[in-house]
Amino acid sequence: MSEEPFIHLAGVRKVYRTGRKEHLAISDATFDVMPGELVSLVGPSGCGKSTLLKILSGLHPHDGGEVRIGSATHPFDPARDVGMVFQAPLLLKWRRIIDNVLLPAEILGLPMAAARGRARDLLALVGLTGNEDKYPYELSGGMQQRAAIARALVHDPRLVLMDEPFGALDALTREKMNLELLRIWKESGKTIVFVTHGISEAVFLGTRVVVFTAGPARMADNFAIDLAHPRTLDMKTNEQFGVYTRRIYRLLGME
Amino acid sequence: MDRLNSNASRWTFAIIAHVGLVVAWYLFVELGNVPKFVMPSPQATLNALLNPSYGWWSNIAVTGTEIFGGYLLALGVGVLLALVFTWSHTLEALFLPLLVTLNMIPKVALGPLIIVWFKYGVFPNTLMAFSIAVFPILLTTARGLREIEPELLDLVRSLRGSRWQLFTKIQLPGALPYIFSGMKVASILAVAGAVVGEFLGSDRGLGYLMLQVQVTLDTPAMFMAVLLITLIGMLLYGMVLLLERLLVVRDARVA
Repeated sequence: MSEEPFIHLAGVRKVYRTGRKEHLAISDATFDVMPGELVSLVGPSGCGKSTLLKILSGLHPHDGGEVRIGSATHPFDPARDVGMVFQAPLLLKWRRIIDNVLLPAEILGLPMAAARGRARDLLALVGLTGNEDKYPYELSGGMQQRAAIARALVHDPRLVLMDEPFGALDALTREKMNLELLRIWKESGKTIVFVTHGISEAVFLGTRVVVFTAGPARMADNFAIDLAHPRTLDMKTNEQFGVYTRRIYRLLGME
Repeated sequence: MDRLNSNASRWTFAIIAHVGLVVAWYLFVELGNVPKFVMPSPQATLNALLNPSYGWWSNIAVTGTEIFGGYLLALGVGVLLALVFTWSHTLEALFLPLLVTLNMIPKVALGPLIIVWFKYGVFPNTLMAFSIAVFPILLTTARGLREIEPELLDLVRSLRGSRWQLFTKIQLPGALPYIFSGMKVASILAVAGAVVGEFLGSDRGLGYLMLQVQVTLDTPAMFMAVLLITLIGMLLYGMVLLLERLLVVRDARVA
């Protein structure tokens, strides 16, 4: 592929200082993400993967190396071009689902009539048609997270950052949400960076997996997942899937 | 037990309990031959209301003014101070610990001082109601404004939302349930503050009237005064509940 990468990271370093102590959160992250990819960042707690998301979102500066997102012809605007999904849905309890989805559009000052139409379309995309006027407490955890995904897409960002979005869901809902996310990703065509603890989740979702290890935090591996799309749950039992997951287990010192 | 949870049956039970208390009161006085100066019957209490020499209406107006005036003052000052504290961390660090200490002063003990400073009458009693009601509102509001999930903050920041947007869209509506929980506590305290103020020094009001009729062991009038004070308190509390119902989504309410 001669295509230019959407995200280019080279030797990215991040140090947190608390008083006189320095804590190396990321030592040397180097990888590219092509437009439309779904890249999984996998690793244990404290390996810097969430920190990397904050750097990509522009919330935190990096201390060294190069972070390039977008291109000269199509520059990246971190305010408008990032959608975020967290482990908790973080829906505002006092807003109806549709108004929760509209929050980023309100903050960015987008034309509301158009945004409202788009929010409805997105709620349909995530399978929440008919729930527009409900309050968050009327929805299950999985449904709330679907609404949070719709919220992350409402301002049509080019990059969606997901920080363990399904970590708090039960195992069955999580499997279902994985399939849903793949469908949403295909239909929306977004570039997604997906942070997870789950090794099999990382392989199942990713076009590419970047592995981080903790203590000290560093990037340990980066490889493409060559499994066909659309992915199906029975792929988890095939041989190639096992090769990928074992590769990650080995890196994380669990084998 | 589902029937117990329906609204209609809850109302029925509430009414039964209240009527039951009055009936028990009636039976106790009638069957026990309790002297009127110890405990008047419900009818004797009601009869006191029909006697114009007590000046019920003007006394209700006085005590009501003190309660509502002190309460509204407490609401305004309490919420305003809490807002100032969230906007300036220096002021919060300086004054919040001080206010927590001041809150430990038994406000009733300030009564004689307030009389020295402001003579006696409606204004000092309003101040008594205010001084006792302001702290719960201030402290719960300040807490509510502080309670914001860090990730929600990240979400707003990633969209480059302004401080004002964060405040109006997230902080203030998020703090409403806390403000109301403080307002409910304060409504009960404001009543106590105004009445104690009248006990300590006053020439008008239901509390003052109680001291007047106490001298002649006019217990029915004392009962009636207590009843009327209670009703004023219930009116205030009911208005707060109604307002909460209108402004706060069910799930977000703090018990």
